[in-house]
Amino acid sequence: MTQFQTEQSSAHQTGTEPVIVARDVEKWYDNGFHVLKGVSMTVYKGEVLVVMGPSGSGKSTFIRTFNALEPYQKGTIEVDGTTISHDLKDIEAIRREVGMVFQQFNLFPHLTVLQNVTLAPIWVRRWPKAKAQEVAMQLLERVGILEQAHKFPGQLSGGQQQRVAIARSLAMQPKVMLFDEPTSALDPEMVREVLDVMRGLADSGMTMVCVTHEVGFAREVADRVVLMDGGYLVEENTPQEFFSNPREDRTQKFLSQIL
Amino acid sequence: MTTVTPDSFSSAPPEVVGLGPVAWAKKNLFSDWFNSLLTVVIVGVFAWGAYRLVSWALTAAQWQVIPNNFGLFMTGTFPSGLYPRIWALLAIICGLAGLSWGVLGRNVSTLFSRSVLIGLGLVCAFIVLFPPTRPSSLKLLPMVALVAIAAAAGRQAGRKFLGIGKWVSLGWFLSYFAALWLIGGGLGLTPVSTNDWGGLVLTLFTAVSGIVLCFPLGLLLALGRRSALPVVRWLSTAYIELVRGVPLVALLFMGQVMIPLFLPIGSRPDRILRAIIALALFSAAYLAENVRAGLQAVPRGQNEAAMSLGLNTPTTLGLIVLPQALKIAIPAIVGQFISLFQDTTLLSIVGLAELLGIGRSILANPSYLGRYAEVYLFLAVIYWIFCYAMSLGSRKIEEKLNTNH
Repeated sequence: MTQFQTEQSSAHQTGTEPVIVARDVEKWYDNGFHVLKGVSMTVYKGEVLVVMGPSGSGKSTFIRTFNALEPYQKGTIEVDGTTISHDLKDIEAIRREVGMVFQQFNLFPHLTVLQNVTLAPIWVRRWPKAKAQEVAMQLLERVGILEQAHKFPGQLSGGQQQRVAIARSLAMQPKVMLFDEPTSALDPEMVREVLDVMRGLADSGMTMVCVTHEVGFAREVADRVVLMDGGYLVEENTPQEFFSNPREDRTQKFLSQIL
Repeated sequence: MTTVTPDSFSSAPPEVVGLGPVAWAKKNLFSDWFNSLLTVVIVGVFAWGAYRLVSWALTAAQWQVIPNNFGLFMTGTFPSGLYPRIWALLAIICGLAGLSWGVLGRNVSTLFSRSVLIGLGLVCAFIVLFPPTRPSSLKLLPMVALVAIAAAAGRQAGRKFLGIGKWVSLGWFLSYFAALWLIGGGLGLTPVSTNDWGGLVLTLFTAVSGIVLCFPLGLLLALGRRSALPVVRWLSTAYIELVRGVPLVALLFMGQVMIPLFLPIGSRPDRILRAIIALALFSAAYLAENVRAGLQAVPRGQNEAAMSLGLNTPTTLGLIVLPQALKIAIPAIVGQFISLFQDTTLLSIVGLAELLGIGRSILANPSYLGRYAEVYLFLAVIYWIFCYAMSLGSRKIEEKLNTNH
């Protein structure tokens, strides 16, 4: 992998066709806390967008609005041409096209690895079981856990579980993948294996939005990096500019805290 | 200086040396003077109690009351000419139990080990030697054999045909209706009025019916209490809190006395049915809270993961949330089933001759005056056997569903 040496390598085949368009999104929690204060962002087909920011900045909440896991009160979000509304049919249609990987993996502990991956294709896409299993086995091979297919999630390490979670999302053949701090709950020696899978996914042309604190990953893989703080989108920049020559003081301060 | 041999690095775990019985006793029972004193005192108390019990059971107790009334204990006033129907029912249940044992244990060697054979032998010896069962021991022994044969057959069949578990479940489902038919008659069999249903048969029938009815109801109430629809939530909560605030006896009396008041004569449900409904309605409220505890123990991330895959709410509930919630709630749910089983004793208060009621009516017979200890001890053993079987079963299911190793 040559990306490891070069500081800047990304430049995926980024199209001009928007996959996610968020305009002036505002959200209040039930307790009245104003968590998103008018955030706008566009994600283009094939690009890798990394969202950074201190904890409590609203970055996780923001990407969770993209598949309607979090409702929002003002603004609009369009995913793949469909506007997120209260219509359950629309929401389910959007969720079919948007994959999500969680910090805590959230694998289904009572199902085997293979069942975890085939569940949604069988029940949502209505694929025949044999086809779903074939695709699942290919995906498990791609993320490097083919031999664990018949184990239960509780028998795998954290890194393996997170790779299964990625395969589970990919099985739905989504148009865009959301990663919500995918490596934050992992032991340090397992971060690499998950990032490698994500890197491979980016190279294959998948549109990705990643909330992460992995600076190395952002530098090498991202096409764009954005910083969120206090419910605002503070800066949006190319990775090399973002890390070496940020426009905003706030970014400077954030980077000095994490680097 | 010691030399390090490669053996020191061997990855084998250190051998665990078993303690001899003397060393074990010294370590666990007589480690210091206080523990030794405790051991002596407690063993003394238990030994004295056991001696008194055994000597009473062998000399003072007059066990005749049990064998003389064995038919009453088991079936109440069920016409003795129709006993073959009860035997047929027992045979069906023994066959199904053996099959289930074999199918579930097809890959578990412990279910077919030597200790199980010894256990079966002990059951046979008990049946032959225990006086109360003697009148029927010639018929009981084939039942034990039936269980063993069905278990062996189930094990073989379970290995050959993968889907056999479903058929056994279907068999259990159908056996309920077979029981209803064999006990109640009709469809070519001589009908037996529910007034003549009684004893252990009635206890088991009401308990099984109550369990079968209260489980779905409790599940729906638990889901209703967590529903997003306010009216459903309020109604479920109101039901649960109302029923939990009323003693079961009150509900049973209401079932016996009040339901008939509201319904026209002729359309009154049978009093056993009324009792079963009261039992089920009562237990459902408690069961709902047990299931709700299980639902709350499933992490929110499970729901989110399922939703983010595009699964709709019913699928998420049925495939992701409920299986995990029920697994967590198994001990509490089985505990509720055990209480329901024991609560059937209250049916004797509203005039149904279930096992305890039969025991009391036998004690009211002048020829068995004062045989309380014998009768109640016998009843306690029967109740204990069924309750312990349920809790044993729940433990086995928990082990089977454990996916964390």
